[in-house]
Amino acid sequence: MTVASTDSRTDRPVPVWLKAIVQSRAVWPVLALVLILIVAGSVSPNFFEIRIVEGRLFGNLIDILYRAVPTALVALGMAVVIGTRGIDLSVGSIIAIVGAVIVWRIKMGDPHITILFSALAAGILCGMWNGFLVSALRIQPIIATLILMVAGRGIGMLINQLYGGTDPSFESALLQWMSTGSIWLIPTRLILAAGIFLALWLLIRRTALGLFIESVGGNAAASNLAGVKAGLIIFVAYVLSGLLSAWAGVIMTADTHTSDPVSVALYIELDAILAVVIGGGSLAGGRIYLGMTVIGALVIQALTTATLISGLPPEYNLIIKALVVLSVLFLQSANARKAIGSLVSRRAS
Amino acid sequence: MSKKYLPLVATIAVFLALFLVGGSMYRNFLSTLVLGNILADNAFIIIAAIGATFVILSGGIDLSIGSMIGFVGVCMAVLDRMGWHPLATAAVMICFGILYGALQGFIIDYCDIQPFIVTLAGLFLLRGLCFMVTLDSVPIRHDFVDLYASAKIPLPGRGVLRSSAIVMLAALALAIFIAHFTRFGNNVYAIGGDKESARLMGVNVRRTTIGIYAIGGFYSALAGVVYALYTSSGYPLAGSTLELSAIAAVVLGGTLLTGGVGMVAGTLFGGMILGLISTLIIFHGSLNSAWIMISSGVLLFAFIVLHRFLVSSFDLRGTS
Repeated sequence: MTVASTDSRTDRPVPVWLKAIVQSRAVWPVLALVLILIVAGSVSPNFFEIRIVEGRLFGNLIDILYRAVPTALVALGMAVVIGTRGIDLSVGSIIAIVGAVIVWRIKMGDPHITILFSALAAGILCGMWNGFLVSALRIQPIIATLILMVAGRGIGMLINQLYGGTDPSFESALLQWMSTGSIWLIPTRLILAAGIFLALWLLIRRTALGLFIESVGGNAAASNLAGVKAGLIIFVAYVLSGLLSAWAGVIMTADTHTSDPVSVALYIELDAILAVVIGGGSLAGGRIYLGMTVIGALVIQALTTATLISGLPPEYNLIIKALVVLSVLFLQSANARKAIGSLVSRRAS
Repeated sequence: MSKKYLPLVATIAVFLALFLVGGSMYRNFLSTLVLGNILADNAFIIIAAIGATFVILSGGIDLSIGSMIGFVGVCMAVLDRMGWHPLATAAVMICFGILYGALQGFIIDYCDIQPFIVTLAGLFLLRGLCFMVTLDSVPIRHDFVDLYASAKIPLPGRGVLRSSAIVMLAALALAIFIAHFTRFGNNVYAIGGDKESARLMGVNVRRTTIGIYAIGGFYSALAGVVYALYTSSGYPLAGSTLELSAIAAVVLGGTLLTGGVGMVAGTLFGGMILGLISTLIIFHGSLNSAWIMISSGVLLFAFIVLHRFLVSSFDLRGTS
């Protein structure tokens, strides 16, 4: 909108801002999100309706935000890790371990606020392990985190077998309030997630940490020579990813009231990586786009919700997701953007 | 001995050590019977891992393996119900696998998107197609399946080489030939070592990339055929997360994920090490699937550290 108003005031030729929009990285993910919502709205007439039921906002838009929270949290941590030119495949396993730890501590009768901190500590510990492998032992990130990915669900199952008993279900007013409760109409998890996003944004963009991470991701050796402790920065990135995954794990575990290490958060690492990539992050590292990553997570969730609402069988969900992801990536790729950009300017001249 | 054989030797040593550990713990473990069963039970993982070896040697990755195995399985089962001969379906599915892989390779090179993301979309697409074909587990009932299950070559001792293992060994021989005795194989190593240098030396990167992923598709489709015949059924969730086992087998086999270093033969032993671990745990009896996962992780860790040590002390990659 701002671009359009500047245009009318200064009376610039049309193609300049059009070209700028077409070549901007941000436009395609946002456009994809808007397009998905419009399609869903045209298929289902009351798609945009928001009601108040039992002191809480209800509606498809709220539902998309609500369900996107775990993926978005994991994706934010993933964005930081990918910024260091790494990748964290173990996030799903961290969520499984966190779920098992919650059930274990509840069976031990800890106060619930302590349980929350033990769960987050478990995530931090997992992140430290990954960070140690990548920064100290210098193992390639994809393999280093593959170790915890393979072993993590087993560890969760083991904790369940040793301490969870035969019935790993639980009730916890605090954790369930954090996950499914609401404050003044708004779901608690949305408020908490917004707070976490803000804190992370301040940490990355208002301290030097973000700059250090991006420089390490751009060129680790050069940043080391410039006095940035690359190893420490990478370590911190994996710890952040572990912490954010643990928070997602608390939300998901409290939502289902049970710990299920085998199938909880299956494929969440893939969705999180997709969210980062849809948001314009490159797996080659050196860039962190926190806001766009959240948009990416919303695109994925909106796609899922829209598929379900449109009455298509849920089997189509994966196919539509694959096709949308491929087309967004195609439009983001340098070759395609160049082709489209030259097409636009040729038509205008 | 050339130092490029060191990781392969290390892998074989780990395999033999594990086998001897098993033999010292359990009677009858050191037999061709156990060996033959490990070969047959893990044939599909090893076949898929052989294809992944080419992709990883070129510095890429293929995540669509597990979905391909599932998709080939459900197609074989559904077409069997419609009266097709399993061999005819197998031929069609393998052609599909080659085309699908080639398409992935083309997108990777033309759009310059990371292989991780393209094959991830490939994973979603194929898994979605599985669910569209059928949501149920479908049995394959054909005389050929019985013939396939009963065909075997006796080994010395009480062991037998089942047909899955025979297919796997034939696929391995083909892969070794492609990797080490053709110009295409050299190009794969060249691209994995340094893509830009390879391009400057005159390697056709696009054609080679397409070929690499086509080989990956061929081997994962073949793995799907073997899996479907071995289990004589098709199930839309079959092969989930199997791509990770395949990648683990490749890494245990001594291939570096950064590309350019490794041998196809190592993948056979990498896959057999994975099989050996689960066999050991099954022999133990009181341990369960939680321990299989944890010990696979621990072993992966141990082997990566060992490999790291080998690479740094013998300067395998030259620069890194």
